Amino acid sequence: MIYEGKKKIWADYQKEIPEDHYFYVRSCIRQSFFPASEVTFLDITRNKLGKDIFGTEHHTTCGGIAYHSDTIPQETVMTIIARQFALMKKYGYENYVCSCITSFGLYCETLETWREFPELQQKIADNLWKACRLEFAKPKFLVHASDLIFKYRMQIAAKSKFKLVNQKTGEPLRVVEHIGCHYSKMFPSKGVGGAEYPYVLVGMIEAWGGQIIDYPERRHCCGFGFRQYLIKGNRGYSVSNTHKKFESMEPYKPDMIITNCPGCPYFLDRWQYVIAETQGKTYGQDGHGIPVFTYEEVAGLVMGYDPWDLGLQTHQVSVEPLLDKMGIPYDPAKKFLGKNGKFIGEPQKPHCLK
Amino acid sequence: MIDFGFTVSPSSRINLDKCDKKSFSALAALEPDVLKCMACGSCSASCTAAHFEPTSVRRAILSLQNGQVEQALDLLKSCMLCGKCTMVCPRGINTRHLIISIQKIYGK
Amino acid sequence: MKKNILVIGGGPAGLEASANLKRLGYNVILIEKDKQLGGHLAKWDRLFPDGVSAKQTLNALLDEVSGVNCFTETEVQQLNVLEKSYNAILSNGITILADAVLLASGFDLFKAEKKEEYGYGIYEGVITNADLEEAFREKKLPAKHPQAIGFVHCVGSRDEKAGNPACSKVCCATAVKQACEVKEVYPDADVYCFYMDLRMFGRHYEDLYLKAQKEFGIRFIRGRVSEVAETTDGRLQVKAEDTLSSKPLKVTLDMLVLMAGMRPSESGKSVGRQLNLTTEEDGFFSSADNLLSIQRSKLPGFFYAGACTGAKTLPDTLHEARSAAIEIDRYIKEKFSEK
Repeated sequence: MIYEGKKKIWADYQKEIPEDHYFYVRSCIRQSFFPASEVTFLDITRNKLGKDIFGTEHHTTCGGIAYHSDTIPQETVMTIIARQFALMKKYGYENYVCSCITSFGLYCETLETWREFPELQQKIADNLWKACRLEFAKPKFLVHASDLIFKYRMQIAAKSKFKLVNQKTGEPLRVVEHIGCHYSKMFPSKGVGGAEYPYVLVGMIEAWGGQIIDYPERRHCCGFGFRQYLIKGNRGYSVSNTHKKFESMEPYKPDMIITNCPGCPYFLDRWQYVIAETQGKTYGQDGHGIPVFTYEEVAGLVMGYDPWDLGLQTHQVSVEPLLDKMGIPYDPAKKFLGKNGKFIGEPQKPHCLK
Repeated sequence: MIDFGFTVSPSSRINLDKCDKKSFSALAALEPDVLKCMACGSCSASCTAAHFEPTSVRRAILSLQNGQVEQALDLLKSCMLCGKCTMVCPRGINTRHLIISIQKIYGK
Repeated sequence: MKKNILVIGGGPAGLEASANLKRLGYNVILIEKDKQLGGHLAKWDRLFPDGVSAKQTLNALLDEVSGVNCFTETEVQQLNVLEKSYNAILSNGITILADAVLLASGFDLFKAEKKEEYGYGIYEGVITNADLEEAFREKKLPAKHPQAIGFVHCVGSRDEKAGNPACSKVCCATAVKQACEVKEVYPDADVYCFYMDLRMFGRHYEDLYLKAQKEFGIRFIRGRVSEVAETTDGRLQVKAEDTLSSKPLKVTLDMLVLMAGMRPSESGKSVGRQLNLTTEEDGFFSSADNLLSIQRSKLPGFFYAGACTGAKTLPDTLHEARSAAIEIDRYIKEKFSEK
């Protein structure tokens, strides 16, 4: 591997990311899959780094899941998106940051479609006015929340309490980065580092002390694929793709996986359980899985947030081996206590996966 | 083990790292012309058996190169050794003889 | 008085045209941007289909240009169209009044790193056709015997996304030639050629293909490599589809040779900008007529030879150089006998 060669490619895919003043849009599914990720993003950016990240309860879903599972037409989804952009303008912002990769891909696709078909853009602007009496607008800068954390990675590193380093050996942790397909595969120029060697998560891992693993199937889809998962009869495809990725990364002995998409960490995490229960195979050390994190969770761990405040107890694959490696203190007794201190229930132990 | 109603499906991918190259070398030693196939499909197009059963010398050669022996033997099992494919092969491969050699090396 | 002909580019086309123009009695000024004459031929080791030495071939061309005014490490800085001639200011400070100009600016190899998925410049084992020729020429092949070697045809050719929908004409034959050559050096290695169509159109090319199959046991896989990655032990995992069996395929290799195609040369483009020369969609210069007068440009007295009007084999290029000399001779005779 020639690192300089990769740096050349990264240099070709620089993306302008404004430093501050963003209209923030949450994800439909991340709040239930990874309950503390978005809260952590807001806490880090607003309170720790002092940025102006504005959120409103008036925004809705982007319509992405419905669009990608063929249940609503493109014009409908574009009108929903036009409403989100109009809200941004209404609240006085021109930089738009979204939490979800599906949304990000769909926003890129929509803006590109409007650019290519101005008559369609006009039609959507008319729809928006008829339906919501809102003024049509487009963001000046569209970024994904991982672009912002990438942008702030050195500021986060400066405030870090822990590093992506194995405290016992002093060696950097071996990290797999997984980028959501819709981050840059459709529009490589819209992603930091392009689509073949995306830099957005690599930059964070390097800044926080970890070591990247370049395994052969790193570009492969996590397996979510919308219809592949949403229809039960297709779920074999979904888990087979995840299986292929784990088989490919296994020889590299990764300590952890970082992702920037809602679906990827969910499926890379949960399918390890299904693979364990159907194939009898686990991919971590001593029967554990490989813990999977969102970039906000990792930023939170690095900055010294309590693991249970980051919602890590909702992961399928136990995160404790990684916390031990990083030397992060945690209270096992508090793992299943809610924010109010009440017991939230403990899931049954799987047969194979520790 | 739990039955979820779905599971990991086997990969259909050809893995050239794992295919048996020794047997194919043995075949090529016995029948050097097997290497000359350029996949034109004349053999399959003229095959009498192929009208009724999946039969193809071209695909059988390819399957052997890809390490799919069962599939190759399946593609030849309905061959009646009529020799029409030998007549039409533009590379002059004695396909009839080749089929017999394949059976010698790979047949059970 | 002898008429002046300026020849831009000292590759095979420029050399062969210069030799013929000199023979026809013209005063030829040949300029070449590199230190040495010969263009890509000077960087090659052996030539398809028979594997003759590139050096000997080049020497034969060089022998013929003795006596021609050659300026190496020289480029055209400014080129102006006058009433009956061209005024060229060269980077070495010399100004030339030329009665006719021949552009033989050739091609640049497609920059293989643009096909990011192949990892040229990122994975150690990924090299180009030119790198392999250099390794043969300099006798710098990897000492550790590779177990498996792959060749990817059409890298930056027949590829709209790479900006070149055209076929580069020479890569199929080069790949098959190089595949045989590496098999000669590493007889135990498995050698694969990943092709879309095999375009073995020239005399003896099909023989070369047959030899590659039968004598060297090279495996031809119909399907374009889609991506390359590194394995734990630093080898290359290559993915393609075997389109003949409609199945995805993977194989681990030690060396992957990318057959970089032909793009219009940057130095040719810079001359083109001086005179607003028109190009076709493929980026190569447009001739006055693609059948009847490929050597003529749309400007009187300005001619083309070789790969500046599209991908060519070496014999094609040499034929064009000779016919350009005849065309120039005809032009000069018609132009200057009018009076």
